[in-house]
This record gives sequence, structure tokens and C-alpha cells, in this order.
Amino acid sequence: MSQPVPRLGSTPSPWRMDGTPIVTVLLASALPTMLPLIAQAPTLPPLGLLMFVGWRLLHHELWPLWIAAPLGAFDDLMSGNPLGTAIFLWCAINLAIELVDTRLYWRDYWHDWLIALTASAFFLFGGLGFVHHFGSGAPVSLILPQILWSALLYPLIVRVVARTDRWRMMA
Amino acid sequence: MARPSSRRPGVNRRAQYGLFASYVITIACAIAGLLLVLVSVADPAGFSVLRAGAATLTSPVASALKSMVRSFGTIDEQIIAYIDAGSQNAALRRQVEANRVKLIEAEAVAQENSRLKKLLQLTQETDNKVATARMISSSSTISRRLARINTGSVAGVLAGMPVRAPEGLVGRVLIVGPRSADILLLTDSQNIVPVRRARDNIGAISTGRDDGTVEIRPLSAGANPFRPGDIVVTTGTGGIYRPNIPVAIIVALRDGYAIGVPLANPARVELVMVERAYDANIPAPVVQSKTEAPASEAAVQ
Repeated sequence: MSQPVPRLGSTPSPWRMDGTPIVTVLLASALPTMLPLIAQAPTLPPLGLLMFVGWRLLHHELWPLWIAAPLGAFDDLMSGNPLGTAIFLWCAINLAIELVDTRLYWRDYWHDWLIALTASAFFLFGGLGFVHHFGSGAPVSLILPQILWSALLYPLIVRVVARTDRWRMMA
Repeated sequence: MARPSSRRPGVNRRAQYGLFASYVITIACAIAGLLLVLVSVADPAGFSVLRAGAATLTSPVASALKSMVRSFGTIDEQIIAYIDAGSQNAALRRQVEANRVKLIEAEAVAQENSRLKKLLQLTQETDNKVATARMISSSSTISRRLARINTGSVAGVLAGMPVRAPEGLVGRVLIVGPRSADILLLTDSQNIVPVRRARDNIGAISTGRDDGTVEIRPLSAGANPFRPGDIVVTTGTGGIYRPNIPVAIIVALRDGYAIGVPLANPARVELVMVERAYDANIPAPVVQSKTEAPASEAAVQ
């Protein structure tokens, strides 16, 4: 892959600047339903959420706060959670990250990783809670591997986001 | 990373109001999300139009990927089949001879069966199949066990129809889109199927455990009647599923119930069949005595 080179005096189109992060989050939400994988138990980490948190932690001013609602709605439609689950949980996560940002003066890589891990654990437990409210009896131990996968996958997501971001910035 | 700047607007009134508004909008969206969940709880199949629409975006990709995986996945089997073609040929020839006799016997039994059914005026359609489909993807990130098939309302699939593979029951249709449908798998804890042991008639209830197995709970209290290796089949009670579809094989015993593994592993089955819901097959005159119909049906078989 050739390194992208910025052209002098040109700026990327607004479509590319604003659209790229949103499209990557939507793709990450849709990816698990496009994989030909018939899972017998929850196996994949919440990719859409990890991508969302990755972008949010990289650029704090990229999106307005409420962007979590439409992106979460799309994630709900794709994942099969009851509609509203991700709208609520992603909004809560976005607000929590906002609060953390006012407390932390500098964020280290490990801070980011811990925030992403907490966010995915909150999302998975919240999703399980809502499904329980539905009448399902899924045991809590079922989502523990998912939290582990999320923690292990987040560094990769950060790199994907950073690569995409560099491409986005280059005109 | 440095401290946020525009989220600390300082003395700029306009920016302060903007920031406050964004917080208010986000909290309002969160509350709206919570309300949507409550609505979804009240009506589990609600918003199915939206979800089916989303499925039309992804199911072509999933279909294409699935067909690729299938052709890669069976390469080893094809090579092995080529190597022992000779001995396999002889063995298959013997098997065909044996099967031919059994086939003739089965045909005779089927004829007799249909004649007896006519006598009982249970003109159940012989062809229950609505459509044949492939499983293309599943809900792999959440705690519900849904799978998607590549056929939908275009082929006549309706919500609530049972889905089975040749090996056994897979689940039932939950949400239908034009060219795809979502199935609630047998292993979902919201899928409850009345079953009985195949060799005698010990009744039980099969409930999913969300981890690829099902819980078989006997209807009778007391000692656990099941043993590992027992096969349970559907009873046909309560409609939806036809009687005598294989459901699960029991692998472990627990206190008061048994753990079973579905005979049709959704990850392995090639094709699934969407069938008509069971009670819908019984014609108008018999519908009046709906409660008796499954019982007399079971007596014929």
C-alpha cells in the first residue's frame, strides 16, 4: 500500500472529512451480519461500538454529542438487539466519555484502552439486561468471552481508525 | 491527547448555549432509546419492517460470502471422496439395493397412511414445504440467538413458520423481509418447544440455553426419566411444529432436567426448509374441533 501524500494547497472534500468516520462505524456495525458465521453463542465483540469509541477518543470534536443516537439506531437494526438498546447505551457511553474528558487532563493510550473496555462491558451487560427484560434467560457468563475479545481487539481498532484518519486527512 | 477546547466554551455565551443544547439533545435521545426498548418489549416483532429493510442491505453480501465459504469448506471432502471412489462405489451399490426394498415398503406405508387419513377426513396437505433456503448469517454479537436465511416473503414465508433441516428442527421464523428472514433458533432461551422422547411418550419441554444447547425439562415431577443418548422429537401440541420432527439428543443430566444438543447444528446444515405452521394445514371442517385434531392425527401415525 503506497503512503498517501498530501497535495499542496488542496483540502479534502467535506464529504470525505465528515463521511469517512461515519461510514467506518456503520460498516463495523454491519460487518457481523455480513459474515457467514452461524454463531451458537455470542462470539464477536461489539465492533460498531469499538469503532465508535475509537473515533471519539481520537478526535474529541469530530462529532456532536447526539451522533450516538443515529449510529446506535443503525447498530440496533443490524445486530438484532431490541431497537433502542444501542441508542440508549451509546448515548450514555458518549456522555460518560465526555465527563471523563473533563476530569482527565491528558489521556494516555492505556486510559483509552480502559475506557473502551469499560464501554464495551457496559454495552454488553446493558444489552443482556434488556434481553432479560424481554424474557430471555441467557446466563451472564455467556458474555464474558465477548468482553475479553473486545479488550484484545481494541488496539487493532485503534490502528485501523488511525490509518483511516490519515487517509481522510490527505486530500 | 490535549484537553477539549470547544467543549469548554469559556465566556462565549453562544457556545455555552450550543454545548448545553447538545447535552440536552443527547439525554433526550437516550430517553427516547429507553422508551423504544420498552415498546420493543411490549411488541417483540415490532419495528420488523425496519430490521427487514436493514437485512436487505447486508444479506446479498452474506449470501455471497457464505457460498464462498461452502466451496472452500468442502474441498477436503471432495478430494477424499475421489481417492476412495472404488471401494465407496461398491459399498454404495450394496446400500442402494437395501434401500430400494425399504423404499417400496415405505411407499406402501405412506399410501396406507394417506388412505387412513382420508377415512378420518384429515386431508392434511402432503407438501408442507414453503421454501428452501440457506442460512447465511447470524446475530453473533448479542445475547439473542437469531439466524438469517436467504428467502423471504417473496417465496411465501410468514412469521411464525417452523424451519427445519433434514436432520431436525432449527427454529421458527421471527421477522420476514422481502428476500431474507430472521429465525429464532432452537437454542434461544425464548424458543420453547413441547417434545417427547422418541421411543416412548415421556413428555417434556425444550428451552434454549443460549449457548448452543437446550434444556429438556420433563413434564412429570420426580426422578429424571432421561438418559444420555435419548432422542426427543416434537409432539405437535400447541401448533406451529408438526409432530415427530427430531429436536435434540440428550448428552448430560442435571438435577430435574437434562441437557440436549440440537440434532440439526445450524452451523453445519446446508439447506433448511421453511414449512407451513402445523395447525394451518387442517382444513375448515376440522378446525371446529381444533383441540381434538392433533390427538387424532397422532393416533393415525
